[in-house]
Amino acid sequence: MSRAAKDAQYQKPLTRLIDLAAGPLDLAGYEAEGGYTALKTAVKTLQPQDIQSKVKDANLRGRGGAGFPTGIKWSLIPMGPNAGAKYLVCNADEMEPGTFKDRLLMEQSPHQLVEAMAVAAYAIGANLGYIFLRGEYVLCAERLNKAIAEAKAKHYLGKNILGGEWGFDLYVHTGAGRYICGEETALINSLEGRRANPRAKPPFPQIAGLWGRPTIVNNVETLCNIPHIVNNGADWFKALSQGKSKDGGTKLYGCSGLSNKRGVWELPIGTSAREILEVHAGGMKGGRKLKAWLPGGASTDFLLPEHLDLAMDFDTISKAGSRMGTGLITVVNEDQSIVAAVRNLEEFMARESCGWCTPCRDGLPWTVKIMRAIEAGQGQAGDIDTLSKLTKWLGPGRTFCAHAPGAMEPLQSALKYFRSEFEAGMLSCKLRAPSESAPKPAAPTPRETAKAQSVNQ
Amino acid sequence: MSNAVLKLADLPKAQPFVLSEEERHEIEHALGHYPDSRAASIDALKAVQKRRGYVCDEAIPVLAEAIGISAADLEGVATFYSLIFRRPVGRHVILVCDSISCHLTGYDELKGELVKQLGIQPGQTTKDNRFTLLPICCLGACDRGPALMIGDDHHGPVEPADVKKLLEAYA
Repeated sequence: MSRAAKDAQYQKPLTRLIDLAAGPLDLAGYEAEGGYTALKTAVKTLQPQDIQSKVKDANLRGRGGAGFPTGIKWSLIPMGPNAGAKYLVCNADEMEPGTFKDRLLMEQSPHQLVEAMAVAAYAIGANLGYIFLRGEYVLCAERLNKAIAEAKAKHYLGKNILGGEWGFDLYVHTGAGRYICGEETALINSLEGRRANPRAKPPFPQIAGLWGRPTIVNNVETLCNIPHIVNNGADWFKALSQGKSKDGGTKLYGCSGLSNKRGVWELPIGTSAREILEVHAGGMKGGRKLKAWLPGGASTDFLLPEHLDLAMDFDTISKAGSRMGTGLITVVNEDQSIVAAVRNLEEFMARESCGWCTPCRDGLPWTVKIMRAIEAGQGQAGDIDTLSKLTKWLGPGRTFCAHAPGAMEPLQSALKYFRSEFEAGMLSCKLRAPSESAPKPAAPTPRETAKAQSVNQ
Repeated sequence: MSNAVLKLADLPKAQPFVLSEEERHEIEHALGHYPDSRAASIDALKAVQKRRGYVCDEAIPVLAEAIGISAADLEGVATFYSLIFRRPVGRHVILVCDSISCHLTGYDELKGELVKQLGIQPGQTTKDNRFTLLPICCLGACDRGPALMIGDDHHGPVEPADVKKLLEAYA
């Protein structure tokens, strides 16, 4: 049975050709399942603007975490014969804690991404593109490079694609660490061979991006939807959500932490968090109770068990005071400390700050210092108030990019829902048990730790 | 008295750094991917690190010349990225994921066991130069946490009891 036949209804376009036991399809296998049909249709029968319209009508929203409508992003790019050099970049720098969906698409369906990039490049009139891949995804790099070589040999990439006039070269660029590279403009700086500091916006990359030229940066999952929209149309795409959301399409959802099963599942967008956790992830491990969950990564606000019935889409989760982010849920159970979880998240964010702007560079280590003290039961009077203030001082509008505001999301929600856990970490003048020794000295600051743990100085 | 004066000529000279044929070839190959040569900076640093374990100070001006940018610019790039090593590392670099999913599924115990087995703290290299232990941000292996990488190999979930045997596979 062909792989596509297993999903004859075309309900799971992104993963329908994935067979973990058999591994990824090579070019011939992918073509046999209908692969590269979208590219042929696009190049031979459609104008770039036709594809842009289809994507806009489908209301595809960016799957990297922000949910910005892809069609609108594309529409800002200058078109026409005098537009000059333009670039397409795939953001495959998947480092958001708790997120492991793009790896699946790249490891198991590399040709889908290659075709998607060719179609997207045609739609925006780009002749050169890059897949910005985190260096640790070794297997992805190997499989993508193989797919690119195969596609090039068959004239799906390179000059005169499918005998026409348009050409598109595609390369895999592997990074060398640093979470901040996933920020759109930091990614562009990194790709240019610079330190990955974000750029001020505007100008937006669609106007002045890579090497100062109009550039589109899209996430892996976002791009992988494009060939299917070209093949099946905007109405088909919108119907994929089965009325669960006003957004269209499917979404790669997942679950990790102490759930019974951990994994990634392609489901209609708007599927409830409860279905993801209880049906697909099989509920909480050991029958422990769910205490809190992050909807989609380290920079999203915690939600509670009472929010589980919400539809996992961008607007619904926003209304509940969080963000869907990458859509891969991280669960915290009743035995686990929220203070320790927030400390871990803030340590990550402090270490990964690029240091470009002061609120982030100084505010995050400060946050960590307080969190470590509270975790050790040595919180000082005023610490909780300071943390609350930090969530404002590091909030939206005060920094170059979304790194620090994102870091404040789990903290502000933890303060809202679990304030008593923070209060329990305050140093109090109570009598010591005879067996208790003197309090331990404070742990080193994140910068001291990072310095001690780094070998790149 | 004159014997006590330190003369410049007596100071140990830095070994001249010469790129191997293979390294030079790999850098030239990377340069072909970009309209601007600066973009090959990370590829060039990696080409050296892949074969020498780390990027020594002497390599910087040579690499900068090969890609046509200033040594100061390349130094800036080389010190920004956490996976470009500027000091010698062991034969195998262990990258332990310390992000939230692994934190919730046993990172502390895993790190504790690694520290115990290796006798070093994160950021250090074993005396026999076999292992360097480093933290890494989310490895995208949350379905297999607690996770780590040794060299190019991903492992997970790694229970503390598995550590000894796992390390034995890396001589």
